Amino acid sequence: MIRAEHIEKSFDGRKVLDDITVEFETGKTNLIIGRSGSGKTVLLKTLVGLHEPDAGSVWYDDTCFTQLGFRERKDIRKDIGMIFQGGALLDSSTVEENVRLPLDLFTRRSEAEKRERVDFCLQRVRLADAHRLYPAELSGGMIKRVAIARAIVLNPKYLFCDEPNSGLDPQTSIVIDNLIHEITEEYGITTIINTHDMNSVMEIGQKIVYIHEGRKWWEGTKEEILHVDNRELNDFVFASAMAKRARTNR
Amino acid sequence: MLKIFELIGRYFILMGKVFSRPEKAAIYRRRIVYEMEALGIDSIGLTAIISVFIGAVITLQMCINLDSPFIPQSLIGYATRETMILEFSSTVVALILSGKVGSSIASEIGTMRITEQIDALEIMGVNSASYLILPKIVAAVFFFPLLTILSIGIGILGGWAIAYLTGIMIPDDYVSGLLLDFKPYSIVYSLIKTAVFAYIITSVSAFYGYYAKGNSLEVGAASTRAVVVSSVVIMIFNLILTQILLI
Repeated sequence: MIRAEHIEKSFDGRKVLDDITVEFETGKTNLIIGRSGSGKTVLLKTLVGLHEPDAGSVWYDDTCFTQLGFRERKDIRKDIGMIFQGGALLDSSTVEENVRLPLDLFTRRSEAEKRERVDFCLQRVRLADAHRLYPAELSGGMIKRVAIARAIVLNPKYLFCDEPNSGLDPQTSIVIDNLIHEITEEYGITTIINTHDMNSVMEIGQKIVYIHEGRKWWEGTKEEILHVDNRELNDFVFASAMAKRARTNR
Repeated sequence: MLKIFELIGRYFILMGKVFSRPEKAAIYRRRIVYEMEALGIDSIGLTAIISVFIGAVITLQMCINLDSPFIPQSLIGYATRETMILEFSSTVVALILSGKVGSSIASEIGTMRITEQIDALEIMGVNSASYLILPKIVAAVFFFPLLTILSIGIGILGGWAIAYLTGIMIPDDYVSGLLLDFKPYSIVYSLIKTAVFAYIITSVSAFYGYYAKGNSLEVGAASTRAVVVSSVVIMIFNLILTQILLI
């Protein structure tokens, strides 16, 4: 379980997160949704410690993450996998080296064991033959899949995904969504996904948190989201549904 | 003024992170070898070309300007050697490398910052500053002095070659000038300066790249700032080291 309590964060005097308290459930695909600029990415980065909150705390199970130093956080960070919006693969490393890096840094496994684990993770994301390719040689969907392989290589307990579908076509988006959801269910991971894609919400969302102008406006399930009496959320859902219908009609 | 102190403070905080205990020595060794190739071996060509021409030009200019029956021609070889050892192969080569290597480091790390590659390392629990910057510093501090030695050798050879090819002076006089009053300490002085300049180039450039923000324009600006600041700092330290080591 991951819990954020009364999180506040400002940049250059502008409040980006305002008193956000939310709990993300273990073994579920939790979605943070909201418009661009609503504070989703800042919230996600605050949860993983890339931003320090101005106020409030973040808890991983019974450990207060925000009170830990860099070295103490390391133990929790080994249990965290993260997929960034652009993939964030190391440009100077091959796919294999990217996926293997956490194993090299944090395990004492033999070469054969590392190779086996890398092969397994790349097969899991259906990229069994991409070992020797560099990120510049991959498509957007492949980059996201390599990022997923790297994120799961150490068997994380928590998986964070920042707009995993951004820049992808609808079909590839569904593939990525399903892959993340399958991995979440398979390994009982606590997954938190940032998205503004209503398709993702309806396909894989188990718990949904709606952020608007830096505040938590609503939380619930995908069944409940369609019947909520909340104008901002309705506008967001309706606009997304319109976009989807327009795409379908075309 | 306050901004400069803030900048220096941030630089030393970053260096504190860079020199903290590495995660796994084997990984760092591999990266140092990689950086030696990227920063050092890849700079051999540029250093060699510039050195041979500068050595030749120094000899030519000395021949033209010291054209007097009262000045022995061997002094031209002596002056070329001293110029190459004391200033050109350490300071001028360092300034050239700050343009080539410094901008490359700042733009590489800056791009990693804006494409969230550094965040990805941090999430894995990696000390990104140490992982990315320390191998560059170590590789440069150990490899750049080799470039200096190469530059001295090739520069002196360039001077001899121009004397031989143009006949502007007798090559044997040039060689006897090279052997005139040679102080091995000059080489030590030059190598110490190069090692310090190597540290300045890599750490200052990495600093500007590491704190780059925004988009590709900002990365370009960070790269330019890195070259300008490291060049100025090199000149300041050139003065300080000359004062300490030679006087």
